[in-house]
Amino acid sequence: MNRILVYGGHVIDPASGIDERLDVLVVDGRIAEVGADLAAPEGADLLAASGLVVAPGFVDLHTHLREPGQEHKETIASGARAAARGGFTTICAMPNTEPALDSAAIIDGMLQRAQDVDCRVLPIGAVSKARAGKELTELSALRDAGAVAVSDDGDAVADTSLARRAFEYLADLDIPLAEHCEDPAIAQGGVMHDGAVSARLGLRGQPAAAELSIVQRDIALAEAAGAQFHACHISTEPSLQAIADARARGLHVTAEVTPHHLYLTHDVVAGSSDELLYDTNAKVNPPLRTDSDVQACIDALAGGVVDAVATDHAPHAAIDKQCEFDAAAFGISGLESAWGVVNSLVIAGRLTLSDAIERLTIGPVRAWNLDQGALIGLGTLQVGAPADLTLLSTDAVSRVQPASWASKGKNTPLDGHSLIGLVAATISQGRIVWDGREQ
Amino acid sequence: MVSEPIAEPLVAPTSRVPFDEPITDWRHRHLLDVDNLSKEEILRILSTASAMAEVLDRSVARTPALRGVTIFNLFYEASTRTRSSFELAGKILGADVINVSGSGSSVEKGESLVETLNTLSAVGADAVVMRHHASGAPWLAARTIQGHIINAGDGQHAHPTQALLDAYILLEEFGDLTGRKVVIVGDILHSRVARSNIWSLTTLGAKVTLVAPRPLIPASMAPGAGEPEHPLALPSVQVAADLDEAIVGADAVMALRIQNERLQGKLLPSSAEFARRYQLTAERVAMASPHAIVMHPGPMNEGVEIAVDVAHGPQSRIEAQVSAGLAVRMAILFLLIRGGA
Repeated sequence: MNRILVYGGHVIDPASGIDERLDVLVVDGRIAEVGADLAAPEGADLLAASGLVVAPGFVDLHTHLREPGQEHKETIASGARAAARGGFTTICAMPNTEPALDSAAIIDGMLQRAQDVDCRVLPIGAVSKARAGKELTELSALRDAGAVAVSDDGDAVADTSLARRAFEYLADLDIPLAEHCEDPAIAQGGVMHDGAVSARLGLRGQPAAAELSIVQRDIALAEAAGAQFHACHISTEPSLQAIADARARGLHVTAEVTPHHLYLTHDVVAGSSDELLYDTNAKVNPPLRTDSDVQACIDALAGGVVDAVATDHAPHAAIDKQCEFDAAAFGISGLESAWGVVNSLVIAGRLTLSDAIERLTIGPVRAWNLDQGALIGLGTLQVGAPADLTLLSTDAVSRVQPASWASKGKNTPLDGHSLIGLVAATISQGRIVWDGREQ
Repeated sequence: MVSEPIAEPLVAPTSRVPFDEPITDWRHRHLLDVDNLSKEEILRILSTASAMAEVLDRSVARTPALRGVTIFNLFYEASTRTRSSFELAGKILGADVINVSGSGSSVEKGESLVETLNTLSAVGADAVVMRHHASGAPWLAARTIQGHIINAGDGQHAHPTQALLDAYILLEEFGDLTGRKVVIVGDILHSRVARSNIWSLTTLGAKVTLVAPRPLIPASMAPGAGEPEHPLALPSVQVAADLDEAIVGADAVMALRIQNERLQGKLLPSSAEFARRYQLTAERVAMASPHAIVMHPGPMNEGVEIAVDVAHGPQSRIEAQVSAGLAVRMAILFLLIRGGA
């Protein structure tokens, strides 16, 4: 029998409202007991958590693992190690691999390779075959193979007739369409936010309207079909307003924001006026936006318009970023800095610690209705739930040092930044997968 | 060739520029843009250019100021006037100038910019003059290799030597630009010439007005865009949609090249529609100040952004711009390489 006693920590479980100093006993991969001063069963591993917050393991609705096809950027195993270090015990893998996760067989193979890695991997299927935006995939087969959502992320489902049929079909399957909200006809190959900084740098801009256009379209299509529209990585104030309005009308619209859109503006692309950077590590899609957009994202997260913080972890090899800005790949490696960013917002007084943890645990689980079957209790510390826990420091100052990350992707504009908060240890499915506690 | 020295406050005589002595007070290692040059530094470049113009007037236009120096012209985009101007500038100053273009080099075989630069550095490039289709590429170059980087145009971003030669022409004409009204008309959005000119002209005290239809103005600069002041933004200038209004009283009017593919119905309705509102015609130039001059960075689409008679009329300084470009580029090479920064 495998037992772990996490003792002396401050347990925060937003799903149950627990917010006090308690111990957590894990037996055979499930939460066995949460209570004060629990006795350690014989042979149990003891994990001291004094001074730390003990929370359910984080759930990421938006992770790019590069396997199959681009294992030099990330493998399922390296991505899962990065997840564990970031406090994530469940990650949803986007289908833009090579080949794309567009058939049950490819999803099966991916899940087999994900069996023994350091976190749970839930696949997201492609909406269209090869993500080409032309023909629908076999959506029910993907769901039955384990897809928890479908998405052509990286691109929007640009063809409105295809998007319409996808929503209609998905209405019967009870999984969301996770949309990358970028109208290519408006974005026109823009490489950063269309604003004062792009005008200065002479870089093609992607206007906020490119995001809003798809958000509004998908709200209309999902409403007409009676399906769920999940808005990925929302980055602009008008889109958040449209989502808030749709939710107020009772539509099944859910949304996520990324840590980088909560923390960074388009300014970081430029660097400083004295020395322009054209920082390719800040090239990401959707692009980093204005300060008022950042503030709107934080407010929407704190106010519950947004269900989840999702990393959009997008690891790349160094060579993909050591080049001209136009030629650089889009994406930020985000699993291992997510907690530091979110907790820094807590420290700044922008949202409560409990809400921050909610948006990383039960928030995403409810958004995608993930607590079913073997995953009943996912995102909580209720008895019988999967033993996924993370131990968090909320006051340790940590410098972002991608060179020491488990992810193969060292690409982050936060390199060298100081954040407040770090992930001290992580238990995934009853196994200690990360222990970085100070000895 | 430029025959007349620049009016005050610039100084001209060759004796002021000892070509054979190192310069100790030039702080810039590269010329990436004009955004970080002070007014004094711009004037220093232009007075040096004026001295270079004197060299060009000699019966044998040669000086050994950069003897022993190796300069690479690394051009990823087609260019006639800029590339030949830099090549000639280097050769007149006694440097070895080697041309590398995007086609016919290892660039065509897929070599990355970083690798190409490292290669040039390894064979001993003291300076690399580069033109590249990607905005910001010279900044990457300046972080990659030791040699001096001179930006000969990057994407839609900056074209500092063009802005400097334009300033040379304007100062030659007006002596001082304080309060002078300069209208820049055409495809502002895609123009590196406009961006660099906005910096240098505002630094020199000119009042700049940009004129273009909305699709050719950066959205954040359009009238009514409502963007708050931003510390990284371009300097604040007037932006107008109506050339007939904006040109009134202008001291100088600069037309920008508009590429044909932008006039084929998606961005703008047609070349005729653009010309109807924005072509620099004799009638419009007549509404500017009587002493106004007309400029164009070339190459021109005569009959589109500028009427043929205006391009070649008495107020045109377009040929003088090309000549001034040589002296300005000589000055830049000299100051950067002998400046020792």
